[in-house]
Amino acid sequence: MKKIIVPIFSLLFSLQSCKEKIKEAGSTVAKNKEISDLSIYNLPSEWTTQDGKSIELKSLNGNVLVMVMIYTSCKAACPRLVADMRNIEAKLDKKTKKNVKLILVSIDPVTDTPKKLKLFAIANKMDKDPWLFLRSTEDNTREFAAILAVNYKQISPMEFSHSNIISVFNPLGELIYQQEGLGVNNDQTVNKINEEAGKI
Amino acid sequence: MQKKILIIFLFLVLIGFVRAQESKMVPIQEGSFVPLYGATSKKPVLVKSFFIDVFPVTNTEYLNFVKKHPEFSKSKIKGLFADKSYLDYWKNDLDFGNVNSKAPITTVSWFAAKKYCECQGKRLLTIDEWEYVAMADEKKRDARTKKEFNNYILSWYEKSRTYENPIGQTFKNYWGIYDMHGLVWEWTSDFNSIFLSGESRKDKSADQNLFCGASSVNATDLMDYAAFMRYAFRGSLKAQYSTRNLGFRCASTTKL
Repeated sequence: MKKIIVPIFSLLFSLQSCKEKIKEAGSTVAKNKEISDLSIYNLPSEWTTQDGKSIELKSLNGNVLVMVMIYTSCKAACPRLVADMRNIEAKLDKKTKKNVKLILVSIDPVTDTPKKLKLFAIANKMDKDPWLFLRSTEDNTREFAAILAVNYKQISPMEFSHSNIISVFNPLGELIYQQEGLGVNNDQTVNKINEEAGKI
Repeated sequence: MQKKILIIFLFLVLIGFVRAQESKMVPIQEGSFVPLYGATSKKPVLVKSFFIDVFPVTNTEYLNFVKKHPEFSKSKIKGLFADKSYLDYWKNDLDFGNVNSKAPITTVSWFAAKKYCECQGKRLLTIDEWEYVAMADEKKRDARTKKEFNNYILSWYEKSRTYENPIGQTFKNYWGIYDMHGLVWEWTSDFNSIFLSGESRKDKSADQNLFCGASSVNATDLMDYAAFMRYAFRGSLKAQYSTRNLGFRCASTTKL
C-alpha cells in the first residue's frame, strides 16, 4: 500500500509544483514591480530555518545576502567554509552590519533537519543575527544551487563533494559577486558587502 | 460524403497517433552500471526502474507549452532563468520560424526544461539514468565496449547541425528509445553534479581548493572518449545557458 501511495503523492506534488510556481511568478510581477528579472526573489521555493520557521526567500528582500552551501556532517571543506564566513563577518562595517544576512544553506536536507541545523548553529556560536541557516526539499536545493552555479554530488550516504563558493546578493536579490575557493583573500568580498550595505 | 467523413476520421486518428507517439513513454528496467564519472572507487551505481520519453521534446510540443505558460516565452522569460540566447532561432514568442516542427527544441535553459517536464507531470532524467539508457545500442543493454557503437557516436560529434533533423531518425535502441545519440545533447536534472571545470583558467579536474572531495571523481575508462565529451559538456554548463545543440526529454518514476 505504501508503495503505491508514495508515487501517487510525488506525482501530485510534481504536478502541483508546476502550477504553484507559475502562479507565484505571476503574482510577484503583479504586486512587486521592483523585483528585477535577475532577482532570486523570483524563486518561490519555501525554506525552513534552524528554528523550524518556514520562510520564502522573498522575506529577506532588502538585505545584503551572503550565502554559502554546506552540510553539517561535512568534515573536510565545510569547517573551512564556515571559518571563511566568520572571517567575512568579522570585517563587516559595524554601522551597516544590520543590513547584512549571512546565510548557510544545506545541500543535505535529508540529514540536516532544522534540529540538526540548530545544534550546528549553537555549537558554532552562529545562532543569532546576522546568521541564518536554511534547508528545503532536495529539488529546491538543486534548483537553488543551479542559480548560484554551485555544483554538488552525493558521493556516499554521509558525504558530498561540492563547489566552495560564497555568493553576495544586493538588496534586490541580484547576484553581484562570488568568491570561489577556500581560505582565499576576502578583501574584495568584504568591500562589495560593505558597499552594498552602506547604500541601504 | 461517407468517404469524406472516413478520410477526416482517418486523418484525426493519424494525428492522434502521431501525437501519442511523440509523448510516448517506455519502461526502463532496474540495473546497475559503472558510469564514466562520479562513482567512488569504480563501484556500479544502481539505476531504479523508471519511465522515459521515447523521443526528445519537439518544437511543436514546446510551442504548446509556451502557449499555456507565457512566462516561458522568448520575450517574457526572466533573466534569472535563461540567458539571452533562449529560443534564439524563434521568430517571436509563438513562432519557431522555418525549422522543422518535429525537430527537437533546443536553446532552452535548464530551468525551462525542468519546468516543461514538471508541467507534464514528469521530471528530467538524472545523469545516471541518462547514461544508463544511452549505453544501449540496437541489440545490447550495454554496448560501450563495441567499437562500432563508439565510432557511431564520435562520428555524430563531427557532423554539424544535426539539431535540424526531425526526431526518430536515428536508431531505436534496446529499450525502444530514439535519439540518445545522433540528434542533440540533453539536459539532465543533476547536470550540476559534475566536477570538471569548463573554464581554462581553472581547468583542472582535481582542484582541491575549489571542490571538496574532487579527488574521488575519477574516470573509470579513459578510452570512452564519447562519454568523456558528454561529462565535460555538462560540467561547462550553467543552468541559465541555452545552446543550439542542447535539448531535453522527460522521465517519470511512475507510469503516467
